[in-house]
Formats: sequence, C-alpha cells, structure tokens
Amino acid sequence: MKFVDEFRDPELAKKLLDRIHRCSTRPARLMEFCGGHTVSIFKYGIRQLLPKHIEMLSGPGCPVCVTANADLDKAIALSHLPNVIITSFGDMIRVPGSHSSLQEAKAEGADVRVVYSTQDALSIARDNPDKSVVFIGIGFETTAPTVAAAIRQAEAEGIKNFSVLSLHKLCPPIMKAILDLGEVRLNGIICPGHVSAIIGSYPYRFIPQDYNIACVVSGFEPLDILQTVDMLVQQIEMEQPKVEIGYRRGVRPEGNQPALKLMDTVFEVSPADWRGIGVVPGSGLSLKEKYRRFDAEANFDIKPGPVREAKGCLCGSILRGVSTPLDCKLFRQACTPEHPVGPCMVSSEGSCATYYHYGEADGR
Amino acid sequence: MCLAIPALIKSINGHQAVVDIDGVTREVSTMLTPEAKVGDYVLLHTGYAINVIDAAEAEETLKLLRQISEVC
Repeated sequence: MKFVDEFRDPELAKKLLDRIHRCSTRPARLMEFCGGHTVSIFKYGIRQLLPKHIEMLSGPGCPVCVTANADLDKAIALSHLPNVIITSFGDMIRVPGSHSSLQEAKAEGADVRVVYSTQDALSIARDNPDKSVVFIGIGFETTAPTVAAAIRQAEAEGIKNFSVLSLHKLCPPIMKAILDLGEVRLNGIICPGHVSAIIGSYPYRFIPQDYNIACVVSGFEPLDILQTVDMLVQQIEMEQPKVEIGYRRGVRPEGNQPALKLMDTVFEVSPADWRGIGVVPGSGLSLKEKYRRFDAEANFDIKPGPVREAKGCLCGSILRGVSTPLDCKLFRQACTPEHPVGPCMVSSEGSCATYYHYGEADGR
Repeated sequence: MCLAIPALIKSINGHQAVVDIDGVTREVSTMLTPEAKVGDYVLLHTGYAINVIDAAEAEETLKLLRQISEVC
C-alpha cells in the first residue's frame, strides 16, 4: 500500500536503529499517548531493539479504555429504553460497565448495532424513522469531527431521531493532567499522529515550555516510530526540548482547519471523567446549546445506578503509565481477550490486549 | 481507535468520494477535507477523509531518513 510499504523498509529501519544506538547516551523515558502507537511499538518489537537506557511507557491513549464506568453505564441504560437503537464502534460493545456490557444488553434483547462510521448510524436513523437512534460518541480529536459532521448532516437533512452520547475526550488536557500528577517522570513524548492531523502540533507547545519535555508527532509505521525516537533522542541529548513533527505527510502544524471549525460549531469544551484519573476539567466535549436536541444525555431520562469497579483490575493505573499489565494479578489469568475484566483487554489497542498478543515478541 | 489508512480518491460528488484502499472500493465523506481532489491520497478514519496526504513531504521524509541514517 502506498505511503505504508515505504515506511516499513527493513534495511532503513536497521540503519536508523544503529544511529539511535550510536547517538543516544542519556537515560530517557518516553511515553506514547496513542493506542495505535502502542500497537505499532509492540507489533514491530521496537522496545527490545532500542538501547536498554531508553524506556518506553504507554499512556491513556485508547478511547475505549479511558471511558469511565459511569459513562459506560449510561450507554447501557440507554440501550434498555424502549424504541431505542444503540449504534457504536465495535470495541465499545464488549467493555464491561459496572454490571453488564452493551453486548450483554444485546443478548437480553436490546437493539445494539456495530457501525463502522457515523454515516452508518445516520443511515440506520433514516431507515427507522419510528425509532430513536443513539450513537455512542467515543474518541479523541480524530473522531470528534466525524461526529460533528454527522450532527450537521442530520440537521441539514432534518433527521430528528438521531442523537449522540458525547463521551469525547481531548488529548492535550489529559497530557497536562498526567504530567501534573507527577507519578511518572518523562523525558520525551510521542505525540499522537491522527489526533494531530486534526489539531496540529501547536497545542503541545506547553509541554517543552512548562515541563521541559521533548515532543515529536509520530506516524504509525516502524520507520515513523524509529524516526520519532531518533528525533526525541536528539532533543534530549542537546537539552533542547521542543515540538517537532516526524509524521509530516499526515500532519500540518496548524492542523485541519475545516475539521476544527466543524468541531467548534457543534461541541463545547467540558469536564470529562477518565478511568483511573477521574474528572479532568476541560478535557471533554459536550454538545453546544444550539445542538442540544442531538444530545442523548439531555433527551433521555436514564438512571444508570451506582457505579462499581471490577475488583483487582489495574486498568486505571496502567492508563496513567504507573503500572504495566504484567503488574496485574488478573492479566492472562482471570482477564483474557475472550473474557476481559477491564477495557484495556477488550480494545485491540488497549495496553493489556497488546501485551497479551505481542508481549512475547517484546521479550517480556 | 484513531486508526487512519491511506486511500486514493477516484471520484468526488459533493461531499462524498469514491476511494480505492489497496484494491477495495468504498464511498467516504470528504466533509472534513473540502480541498481533496481526484488523484489525492487521503487519511481515511471511520468513513471520513481526515487529511490529504502530502506526497512531497512523504518523499522528503524518506530522503531525510536515508541521509541521517548514515551519520550521527
């Protein structure tokens, strides 16, 4: 595939690795904030190829994983309402909330449908005018504009039976929250690639300025990751932290302006509840007053009941980079991809699922 | 979740485009990339083109990687 295969060239990867080994002298702790990067790093065995003094950590970069049980419970409560069709991306369906999952609700008779795109959710709304179609809006800045686009389209077409449970989250505020928690000391951050395709690289400037941490926006192929590690190493060696873009074919410093404008039209910044972290001000998106009729939470009377967390599950501290799946007693025992206890084992890009699938390739 | 893959635009009709993804054809929305043209590669995420891929930058990056890999 064009723009993929060229960035998997093993010869060039080897040369870049040699360069990293030659140039890197200082201990460095790097964190990737995107689940897609976590998968690439494990899939290509990059952790074990790097010098021993470069440590790689995973952050809260999987939208399914960071969704709090209280929010999952809202989605499940909505699915039990009469005449409601729940539409959702696939990963979300199997995540256990406090008492059940959307999949279990479906088994009990709820109408829960997996969609690939908000476009599909709109089609279901058009085809079922006597039902209310709710889309479970999860995702970071990459996905939020697609939900904004669907809401605008519903508005333009006069589709009245479509609404969104907005659980969208924002990357830069959670990066700041993780850094302010001070639980992990970082030297470099691998900034998300496709979030940055939308927001650009400017929103990360506070990180080198206020925290003295190197930042590089990365693509997802092995050469992209190695290039990013190399750029971070250079910044760290020279003690000149700044924000750079490695993934230049996909990310412009100013981001995608039409997408940002669309997001700003439909959404406003709001507090959001993050698994393992709690409510972080200004880290989520809710619908603006003008679009309240598309807001599922405002339009349906749901009482999800008390929130319960799975006993022994370490997803929360894994998402903060404080623990790894190997620290969790449930990992590979009570918690497997077939029978997940926590969301990090459900999502294909959750840390636990990634360790489960690729952990041995990582030599751990 | 934030997965996006390169797709080649074959035709455009309003905010809808037909793209080729490694031989697979599907219809996608270009609401987020009004500048996209036939022949462009876009990053495709959940049925939406979220950015036009800059082919010149891709070439530059590969050139740079070949150059720097020889030096420190």
